[in-house]
Amino acid sequence: MDELSVGSKRILEREDFPRLLAALTAAGYRVVGPTVRDGAIVYGDIRTEEDLPIGWTDRQEAGTYRLERRNDTALFGFNVGPHSWKKYLFPPRERLWTATRVGSSFDVAVEEDTGPPMAFLGLRACELAGLDVTDRVFDGRVRDPGYHARRARTLLIAVQCGQAGGTCFCVSMGTGPGVTRGYDLALTEIVGPPHHYFLVGVGSPTGASVLRGVPLSPATERETGAAETLLAKTAASMGRSLNTEGIHDLLLTNMEHPRWEIVARRCLSCTNCTMVCPTCFCHTTEEVPELSGDRVERWRRWDSCFNLEFTQLHTSNVRKSPLSRYRQWLTHKLASWYDQFDTSGCIGCGRCITWCPVGIDLTEEVAAIRSTVAASPAVGGHR
Amino acid sequence: MSGHLRGDPRLKAADHAFFRGFDAAFVERLSTGALEGSYEAGDLLFREGEPANRFFLVFHGKIAIELAAPDRPRRTIETIGPGDVLGWSWLSPPYRWRFDARAVKSTRTLALDAKTLRDDLDASPKDGYQFLQRLLPVIAERLEMARIQILDIHGV
Amino acid sequence: MVLRPTFGHVPPFSPGQFNMLYRFGLGEVAISICGDPSRPDEIVHTVRSAGKITSALVRVAPGETVGVRGPYGTGWPLHPMEGKDVVLVAGGLGLPPLRPLLYELLAHRDRFGRLEVIYGARSPKDLVYYDEIQRWRVRSDLRFQVTVDTAGRDWYGDVGLVTARIPDARFEPERTVAYLCGPEIMMKLTAQALEERGVADDAIYLSIERNMKCAVGLCGHCQYGPEFVCRDGPVFSYRDVKPRMALREV
Repeated sequence: MDELSVGSKRILEREDFPRLLAALTAAGYRVVGPTVRDGAIVYGDIRTEEDLPIGWTDRQEAGTYRLERRNDTALFGFNVGPHSWKKYLFPPRERLWTATRVGSSFDVAVEEDTGPPMAFLGLRACELAGLDVTDRVFDGRVRDPGYHARRARTLLIAVQCGQAGGTCFCVSMGTGPGVTRGYDLALTEIVGPPHHYFLVGVGSPTGASVLRGVPLSPATERETGAAETLLAKTAASMGRSLNTEGIHDLLLTNMEHPRWEIVARRCLSCTNCTMVCPTCFCHTTEEVPELSGDRVERWRRWDSCFNLEFTQLHTSNVRKSPLSRYRQWLTHKLASWYDQFDTSGCIGCGRCITWCPVGIDLTEEVAAIRSTVAASPAVGGHR
Repeated sequence: MSGHLRGDPRLKAADHAFFRGFDAAFVERLSTGALEGSYEAGDLLFREGEPANRFFLVFHGKIAIELAAPDRPRRTIETIGPGDVLGWSWLSPPYRWRFDARAVKSTRTLALDAKTLRDDLDASPKDGYQFLQRLLPVIAERLEMARIQILDIHGV
Repeated sequence: MVLRPTFGHVPPFSPGQFNMLYRFGLGEVAISICGDPSRPDEIVHTVRSAGKITSALVRVAPGETVGVRGPYGTGWPLHPMEGKDVVLVAGGLGLPPLRPLLYELLAHRDRFGRLEVIYGARSPKDLVYYDEIQRWRVRSDLRFQVTVDTAGRDWYGDVGLVTARIPDARFEPERTVAYLCGPEIMMKLTAQALEERGVADDAIYLSIERNMKCAVGLCGHCQYGPEFVCRDGPVFSYRDVKPRMALREV
C-alpha cells in the first residue's frame, strides 16, 4: 500500500476501531468524544470504544430530545447533543489569573495552559464549521491565549453524518452534511450489514501520522460510493431549513417587526440556546477571593445575552425586555455576526431549537419575518 | 423683595425677538398699557395663584421659574433670559399664575397688559392666530423640556 | 484619582479612551481617562461611587495600588475640527471623557474657530470639576455654559436642558464639529438639535456607554449592533449610529 498522504482514503474495519483509539492514546492525545450520560449524548473522555454510544440514536424536535436504541451497533448513529466542542477550547469556567497581596500592592500571575493535546473524536460537519467560527472569534483579530493554545494542539477527527436530525439545517447554512475541509481525519461509518467499516479520509499530515500502525486497507470505488450515497441521503432529509438569502438586511431592517413581540411572549430568557450553541462566545468574569483576602482568583465563565445583568450599567439597563434580548441574540447570530466575523454565527446544528424548553425555532422566526416582507432585500449573498 | 413696574417704557415690544416679523401697527396696539419692569436678584415677578395679568418680554437678565410642593423647598425648573417670553396663564381662564417667577440677577422686562392683549387678539383673529402660532412653539418647547426632565436623563 | 505607575511607563492615550481599573479582590470597571494628554506621567480618572467596585475605588487612599489595563477604545477624532467651530456638549458624568479633549483643544487653540462648551447636570451638586469650570468660564477663547435640570434658590446659574442651549450657541453650523458625551437620550436629543441648526450628522461624534468586562472585543457584553463598543467605540459618528439610536433597547 502506498504512503498515506493528505487526500488518501482508506478502509478501517469496525473490529479494528479500538486500534485507532489506541494509536491516539499512544500519540499522547486525550481522546474526547460522544458518550451517553444522563439520557443524552454528551462529550466526554473516551478511553475505550465502550464509552461511545454504540447502538444509540437521538430523536430531536423543537423542545424535545430522546435517546433511542438503534437496531444496529453503529458507533456514531446519532446527531448532536447538548454539548459542543467549545467546552474544551473555551471552558465554561476558566481561571485567568491569580492576584496576591504584597504589602499595599499586589502581584498578578497569569494562568498558563498546560493541558495535554486533545483529539476530538466525532466532530460533525456543522461542528467543524463551528470551530471555524470560534477560531474567528477567539483566534482572529483578538487572540485569546488559552483558546489559541488549546486549539493549536487539538486533533480533529470528523465523522460524516449518516442521518439528519429533526432540527438539523446544515444544508441551509452551507456547513454540511459533508465534511470537506479543516479536519485531520474524516470517518464515514458504513454500518452494513453485511460489512461494518469506516471510510477514513486523511485531511492533514498529522492525521496521516496518527494512522501509522492502524490496520487499513485500500478503499474500493464501491466503498467510497457507498459513503457518498449515505451523505446524499442525509442531505436530503434535513429536519429544518432556513432561507439565508439577504438575511443580514432582512433582520436588521425589521428590528421593530411585530414578530419579535410574539416570540418574546414565549421566550423564558433561560439562556439554554446560548449555552448549547457551539458559537456563542459571550462570557463574564468573576473575582474569587480566598477567605484570608490575600489571594484572589480571576475566573471567566460563560455568560448569555439573555441574562438581565448582561447589559447592566450603573443606573440603567440597556436590554430590559425579553424581546430586546431575543432580538439581540437572533440578529447577532444571523446578521451582525457577518459584520463582525465575516460569517454567520449559525452553523445549522439545531441545538437551540431542540434545547429550547418552549420549542422556539429560529428557522420559524426568520420565516415569519420574511413572510411579511413583500420584496426580498437586495439580492447578493447573505447580506 | 419685589421689583417695580413703571409706565412710559423705553423698551419697545417691536424690538423683542418674539415679535420679529409682526405688523408694526399690531405690535403697537398690543403695547398699549405696557409697563417696563426692573428687578434685582431675588425679586419676584409674580407668585403662583396671583392674577395673571401681564405677558412678559425679557430683554435683560435671567428669570427662574420656580415650583413648590408643600413641605418641600422651592425648585427652579427652568431659567429664561433675553429674547424669551414669560407666562401664558393670562391667555385662558382662570387667568392665574401656575408658578413663581423670580429674577436671578438684574433683569429688565416689558410687561404687556393681558386685558389689552386678549381684546386685541379677539378683535383681530388673523393677527391673533399669528400671535398664537408664535407662542405655541414656546409652550411646546417648554412642555418637551418638562417631559425630558421627568425622564431624569442623568439618572441617579 | 491620580495614578502613577509602579513599574514601566504610562502608555500615551487619546482623549476619549478608557482604562479598566481594578480594585484588588473586587474586580474591574471601565472608566474614561480624563487627564491632560500632554501630561503622560500620570493617569487621571474621575470616579463616581455607584456600584461595588466604584465605591471601593473612590475610597482608595494615597499610596494604595489600583490595577490598570488600557488605554482602550477609539478616541475623539481630532482632525475634523481643523479650521472649524467646535461644540462640546456634556451631560452629567459625560464631562470627564470630554475633559482631555478640551485640554487638547485649548493647547492648540489657533487651529480652529469658536469653542463652545455646554455642560448640563441633574443638579448643582452633580457638577464635577467645579473650580476648573470657573477658570474655563472666565477665559475669552471659549464659552463654557453650565445648566442644571433643577436647582434650589442657592443656584444662580441656568436651569434647563443642554438641548435648549443649542439654538443660541455660537457656531456656524456648516463648519462645525460637535462632540457629545452623556446619557444616550441626552446625546440623541442634542444631536437632533444640532442637526436642526444645520450641523451634518457626520460632524457629530458621541461616546456610547455599555457594560464592559474584557475591553478587547471578546466578552460580548458591550455589543451595539455589529460594533463592540470597547474596541470599535466608545466614540462613534452620529451618522453611523443614528438608526440604532432611534430604536429602543439595542
